[in-house]
Amino acid sequence: MALINDGYLEFEELNKLQKLPSEERYAKGPVAVIECVQEIPCNPCEAACKFGAINVGNPITNLPTCSHDKCTGCGVCVSKCPGLAIFIVNKAYSETTATVGFPYEYMPTPSEGMAVSAVNRKGEVVCDAKVVKVVNPPAFDHTPVVTIEIPKEYADEVRSIKRL
Amino acid sequence: MCLRVDEHCILDVENKAPLVEISVDGNTIKAHEGEPILAALLSNGIKVNRYTVKKHEPRGLFCGIGQCSDCSMVVDGKANVRTCITPVKAGMVIKTQDGLK
Amino acid sequence: MLERDVLVVGAGPAGLAASIEAAKAGADVLLVDLNMKPGGQLFKQIHKFFGSSAHRSGTRGFDIGLKLLEEAKEAGVEIWLQSTVVGAFPGNLIAIEKGVDGGAKEVITLKSKKVIIATGASENVVRFKGWTTPGVMGAGAAQTMINVNHVKPGKKIVMVGSGNVGLIVSYQLMQAGCDVVALIEAAPKIGGYAVHAAKIRRAGVPIYTKHTVVEAIPGEDGTVCKVVIAQVDDHFNPIPGTEETIEADTVTIGAGLKPATDMVKLEKCQLTFNGPFGGFIPLHNDKMETSKSGVYVAGDATGVEEANTALEEGKIAGISAVESLGLISPKEAEKRRIEIWDRLEALRMGPFGERRQQEKDNILKEYEEKIGTAVEMD
Repeated sequence: MALINDGYLEFEELNKLQKLPSEERYAKGPVAVIECVQEIPCNPCEAACKFGAINVGNPITNLPTCSHDKCTGCGVCVSKCPGLAIFIVNKAYSETTATVGFPYEYMPTPSEGMAVSAVNRKGEVVCDAKVVKVVNPPAFDHTPVVTIEIPKEYADEVRSIKRL
Repeated sequence: MCLRVDEHCILDVENKAPLVEISVDGNTIKAHEGEPILAALLSNGIKVNRYTVKKHEPRGLFCGIGQCSDCSMVVDGKANVRTCITPVKAGMVIKTQDGLK
Repeated sequence: MLERDVLVVGAGPAGLAASIEAAKAGADVLLVDLNMKPGGQLFKQIHKFFGSSAHRSGTRGFDIGLKLLEEAKEAGVEIWLQSTVVGAFPGNLIAIEKGVDGGAKEVITLKSKKVIIATGASENVVRFKGWTTPGVMGAGAAQTMINVNHVKPGKKIVMVGSGNVGLIVSYQLMQAGCDVVALIEAAPKIGGYAVHAAKIRRAGVPIYTKHTVVEAIPGEDGTVCKVVIAQVDDHFNPIPGTEETIEADTVTIGAGLKPATDMVKLEKCQLTFNGPFGGFIPLHNDKMETSKSGVYVAGDATGVEEANTALEEGKIAGISAVESLGLISPKEAEKRRIEIWDRLEALRMGPFGERRQQEKDNILKEYEEKIGTAVEMD
């Protein structure tokens, strides 16, 4: 398993361990993709979602599940997840591009409009990207959520940017 | 070489304590009052705190919490002061420790 | 002579929680710690904590630390810093080397009815050629420098160990502006949480499993300038010919922790060896009382876990101490202990926790068999 041997998830592994949004759901706009796949005692994502889309329940070691139909893609859970393991993917951003939103706690914080290099789960640069949104209200407690625009075909792969 | 953390996404890294002067092996450096002596030295790129008694080998920061004594130095004439848990005061005279003195 | 109801040794999460519980029940509490500031490792933890809402999960460690300090102040806990326990004598007497103004020390003898030991843990070391070279340090030492003192230990870091400490500190070193050029792990698998590994992989840190550090090479100034790593065989021995040299000025070692039991030994509490908990630990019962009547333990000193479990154990120790002082009823104490043990059980579930739950059960059982009831030793 790449996850425990190399520290990153292969998409196939993720697909087996978490219920991912359907292509129909993706077509409707932004949605949370939860990449939490180990049973650790943790549940702040559940309380973070005011739409009741995320469920952990009892015991708290359950993996979180997301009802993608209730999820609005607001991104609050992204900032609340202590494992930084939730992403917002919008495959309906434009005809040819998608956006990926991710937590980014390094300095400097990217700014909107900036040209950046998008990386996959292994940290490899896969394509150029443009920062379209940076959200960092006090409620996010210093975990900015950065959204980048990328060619649509990389939407399942890109999960961050090369450190600035 | 300056190793201070000058910006941080989460922490307020601005040290509001006054900058004071201390002497290290005869050189004057600036340090924040109250920070550990070790941190002030490290921020100025000084990584060797003492030399061992028998083999004269260099030692520096190892545990950072006062348990290992590798960062011991001579402070105001007193040897074996663990610099990682001793705060800076203005005018301190610090020397790299050689053996036991 | 100075007298107190409860002496708590160690002002980390366990010691603070114990002090708060005891002081809130009306006990005179003295909390001593050898560091310049209270809070133990909490102020180094700048990430958001795992756990349940009951444990303030999603809150950063240092914010939990601030909250505890505030609660301790409100409850009237007296705190002595830069102070170390140096002796324990018959008649509940404890000698404390107290830090006083100007860096001087003064030895004070205290008569304390109850003692709670929450001394935490210390870092394990991995030895390799050049491990004493300045620039080689504990991962915790590096974490203290960046997150508490806001000074980088170096610019290019090689991290040794893929447990949660190695993974989290690697992340935090990058947050402070360092580059982590490699993370080395002797085992074939990553030890810590996958989410922590995933975030440093995304940031481009290569993780070398089945590798070890062979040598830290000093430069002209006597500090680390190169690090040699190599693959290991099934017995963790380096395989000749697989060496690689990495340019780095710092090696940080995150090879686990071991319970700090000096104070427990000073009190002559009975110890037991427990590998998964990190080494020798004091036997204790479900009140967190040791083999010695009136001496309680909590937190990493009872077996290395994490801040949430330390907090909960600290509360139990505090409650049990004031119960035996007669400040709260046995019924009330038992009710609260049961609630806390339930929360502890939830924290010790899942693939990373269940082993600790088993071991904790074993320790309580061993206490029953070997000790039964704590004894007066003086």
